[in-house]
Amino acid sequence: MELKVLGQDNTPPLTDSAPSGGCSSGTCGSSEDGMSHLPDSVREKVHNHPCYSEEAHHFYARMHVAVAPACNIQCHYCNRKYDCANESRPGVVSELLSPDQAAKKVLAVASEIPQMTVLGVAGPGDPLANPERTFATFHEIADKAPDIKLCLSTNGLALPDHVDEIEALNVDHVTITINCVDPEIGAQIYPWVFWNNRRIKGSKGAKILIERQQKGLEMLIERGILVKVNSVMIPGVNDEHLKEVSKIVKGKGAFLHNVMPLIAEKEHGTFYGVMGQRGPSKQELSDLQDACAGDMNMMRHCRQCRADAVGLLGEDRGQEFTLDKIEAMDIDYEAAMEKRANIHAGIEAHRDALRVEQAEKETPALIAPASAPPARIAITTKGGGVINEHFGHATEFLVYEASPEGVRFIGPRKVDNAYCVGPDVCPTGDDKGTVLDVILDALEDCSAVLSAKVGIEPWSRLEEAGITPSGEYAMDLIEEAVQGMYGDLIEAGWAAKDLEAQAAG
Amino acid sequence: MALSIVESCVNCYACEPLCPSEAITKGEEIFLIDAKKCTECEGDFADPQCASICPIEGAILDAFGEAINAPGSLTGIPPLKLAEAMAEIQAR
Repeated sequence: MELKVLGQDNTPPLTDSAPSGGCSSGTCGSSEDGMSHLPDSVREKVHNHPCYSEEAHHFYARMHVAVAPACNIQCHYCNRKYDCANESRPGVVSELLSPDQAAKKVLAVASEIPQMTVLGVAGPGDPLANPERTFATFHEIADKAPDIKLCLSTNGLALPDHVDEIEALNVDHVTITINCVDPEIGAQIYPWVFWNNRRIKGSKGAKILIERQQKGLEMLIERGILVKVNSVMIPGVNDEHLKEVSKIVKGKGAFLHNVMPLIAEKEHGTFYGVMGQRGPSKQELSDLQDACAGDMNMMRHCRQCRADAVGLLGEDRGQEFTLDKIEAMDIDYEAAMEKRANIHAGIEAHRDALRVEQAEKETPALIAPASAPPARIAITTKGGGVINEHFGHATEFLVYEASPEGVRFIGPRKVDNAYCVGPDVCPTGDDKGTVLDVILDALEDCSAVLSAKVGIEPWSRLEEAGITPSGEYAMDLIEEAVQGMYGDLIEAGWAAKDLEAQAAG
Repeated sequence: MALSIVESCVNCYACEPLCPSEAITKGEEIFLIDAKKCTECEGDFADPQCASICPIEGAILDAFGEAINAPGSLTGIPPLKLAEAMAEIQAR
């Protein structure tokens, strides 16, 4: 007799029994983010992980808890003095938590946001430079919410010392930030590391870091722990070099490589910010991601989130879970876990239905005449894999590229302010122009933007910028909408944007 | 002979577990060094541990009140360049 797990009555068929293929894109349901080349055991682990599975990130939420303030190295893109509520980038947090406070927060979030599947410790320093705090948090969650997956991300320096504990705690996803394998390049990224009770500067320090990262990577792989590698793309420093890094980490068994753009502004007070080191252009980033791709899945949906981010990727609901608010919540752990199981089963049933629908569809080899130029199309979403966010409410746009061969995901584009967050707080006059200008700039390579609704004012500015706005695809599945819009553009004989010329410019 | 921590401390906890004399504690605002316990790591380590991991230039002073990590020594940002950048941001 088969035992039924509560809330899983509608257990979906296993992913590998679902037909694969049927869609040329890397992101459609049937191919699970182009992860079909991975072994079943790995696919099963990443299936509902929003940070690893591009498809899952439309449905599932994650959170980071800021329990790890100490760091054992310095990176030129990091400023250890930084602490700001209004800025979103890695290493920035509002409130440091003790392991007890963090566990409370996790249980509160996992109860209020039942889509949550993952808890990560990512800083604001290095989780393994604070091993007691990090592991105490994990112990507490493994005990009270065993369904939550545990992740950590590290610079790798202390990693080999903690592999046993990582394994014992069932932390089955570890992210290592590896920016180089050459100490001379490392010396331009890491001014020092703290190692064996000394601060070691320059390439000597970088060499130690690199060796420890590679050793840690190998040890994790040996034990069957999933490893993702993050790399920060720093033009003129490690951009070309990252192709080699990618080959090496893939060779050793990392299952995903995430090349992220350097974020560097003067006001961040980082070495790169102050010294005027530029970040990559959108096209430079996507070209390097393509070059590194090879046979391994590249990750393009990373949001480079804060070390205290909460919610679906692209959103941050941290302000709903400040310490005083958590204190006031009364949480039934068992009931919350049951609710999560139910919600997750519903999501899986939905994903499965989509997958079956996709598989049944006759997909032509080409979705447009072979001579049609590619078009980038931006969409706005609140999650669920459909176009359901108003243009004026969006602080992020997901950019897809449609070509005759199919639709592929290019990456998210974030803006600080939504065009209009509500009638009362709409910016006026000059400011309003500025907010829209920033959005237009973020979407300059796009030929269309699909939203649940687009207002009249931005509509005309978008058209002037060669970006066709549309609300016609509201509530449609993202990929189908992008494909439909591509057809519309071709039919209308749109003026294709020269993506290569933009890259060069 | 003892080191001390000043208000630019960012409370990152990095120094506290490293101190061989258990002289460092978290205070109200910043971490503090108990001057009676601090040995400047003599006999234990070649360099004072707190000052060797502290990421903030000028946050840890020696017994003479001098910054152990001088401006620019940890971030690599030349102090003049940093001043220029700050002035530019202020002027915006």
